[in-house]
Amino acid sequence: MSDVPLSAQLINLCAAAILLLAFAMLAQRRVLQLIDLFALQGFALFLSTLIVAVKTGQTHLYFSAALTLALKVAVLPLILRRLVQRLHVKGEVEPLINIPTTMLVGIMLVVVAFNVALPIAQLSATITRGTLGIALATVMLAFLMMITRKKAITQVVGFLAMENGLFLAATSATYGMPMVVELGIALDVLIGVIILGVFFFQIRDQFDSLDIHHLERLKDH
Amino acid sequence: MSVAGILGQLFALVLALLLAPLLTGWVNQCRAWLQNRSAPPLWQPYYTLHKLFNKDVVLADGASSLFRVAPFVVFGAMALACAIVPSLSTDLPFAPAADALALVGVFGLARLFISLAAMDVGTAFGSLGGRREMLVGFLAEPALLMVIFTVAMIANSTSVAAIVATLAHRDFVIYPSLAFAGVAFTMVSLAENARVPVDNPATHLELTMIHEAMILEYSGRHLALIEWAASLKLYAYSCLGLAFFFPWGIAERDNLLALAAAVPLLILKLAIGGFLLALIETVNAKMRIFRAPEFLGTAFMLAVLGLLVRLLLETRV
Repeated sequence: MSDVPLSAQLINLCAAAILLLAFAMLAQRRVLQLIDLFALQGFALFLSTLIVAVKTGQTHLYFSAALTLALKVAVLPLILRRLVQRLHVKGEVEPLINIPTTMLVGIMLVVVAFNVALPIAQLSATITRGTLGIALATVMLAFLMMITRKKAITQVVGFLAMENGLFLAATSATYGMPMVVELGIALDVLIGVIILGVFFFQIRDQFDSLDIHHLERLKDH
Repeated sequence: MSVAGILGQLFALVLALLLAPLLTGWVNQCRAWLQNRSAPPLWQPYYTLHKLFNKDVVLADGASSLFRVAPFVVFGAMALACAIVPSLSTDLPFAPAADALALVGVFGLARLFISLAAMDVGTAFGSLGGRREMLVGFLAEPALLMVIFTVAMIANSTSVAAIVATLAHRDFVIYPSLAFAGVAFTMVSLAENARVPVDNPATHLELTMIHEAMILEYSGRHLALIEWAASLKLYAYSCLGLAFFFPWGIAERDNLLALAAAVPLLILKLAIGGFLLALIETVNAKMRIFRAPEFLGTAFMLAVLGLLVRLLLETRV
């Protein structure tokens, strides 16, 4: 272990923090705290991207780190908090499965993700390839959060956390995607959240609730 | 086994016995400050112990010998735990007697005796507290074991002294798995030491107490021993946490100068740890007892996650 350079150790630490926060999000019952955790996860992602950028000296990674900081730590949580306030989403999020069971399923997912990522990580030559498994696990956990939550707003947070995981995979396995792709994804996520925000109001107007279960009974009249 | 080693061991044990009530007093004082109350004096636990040792013991009618033996067993187990955990030096002649797993067993023994003694007298509160204690204990133990496995895998040994020697005296390496283990360990020690999210050490409100419910029937020197043992438990857990996660400054074998430097460093670390504990207790509200399984389940998950991260990130395949 001591033959691994310090920068790789720090990246591993950031990756571990991202996974830890993914689990904390899975266990979190309150919407506002969930958004705080999401912002924190974004910050860990920013740190890891920054370390990769400093280590490899690739200019476009600095841009994506800055983009992460601006979007995922500042803008998106702000928009989400606004939405929560405007929509008067109160109190606790209602999971479909109770939280301890969700956590157990989460552990299983992490085991699966680590095992699946191991052979893929062997193909990669980068020093931080170990984090590929963590990135995959983060994506899976975000998926799990989207599946097990009723409210639309927690599902959007899950969607954004999934994007965090993908981003981590991109920076850790391949030292980042081309600038155009990253800009595109960042813009997509931003637009996505804004559109979903509009959707929230529509859903609420239609059903007086943000519970997406109501959408199952949609019919053409 | 050298003479210096035995002296160091005895010194660590005596220091533990003396410092443990002080640590409890410090935590209480910090809690009072943070909650805008006027703080009790730092020496309050010593005054309490002195007072209790001078009082007569009142025994319940139905009390068996188990009830009388339990405080001594609990106190002995906690003193042993304090002797095994390296607080000042890794040169501990007592350490081979019990590794980290046996340490968990020692804590388990104390828990078993105090719960049995609580049920022994036959009061409603006693058996209620005993049952709750066992509930918390059987959930906390696997999580603690998982934390120990994570740390033991780094050191390739379950001996606490060897783990600390690996972590403190080799090249500095960041272990991400320790982050998980650290969070899990904090949650476990909150539960094990009857601290706020799980139990309130200051309450005598019948519906919420766990630890206090068990010791309601004790008085005099028995109560003093149990109070002292509770302080020792907090001290042992603090030292275990410091040894696993902040081991710098613990002296190596045959190094008297480092041993002398280790004492003020340990007190400083304990003071910071105690303040953080008071902070955690102040910002959190006590959970319902039925939330405790979820809390400790989360601790267990995090410890398992630490183990997995250790396997994935820190071993070169």
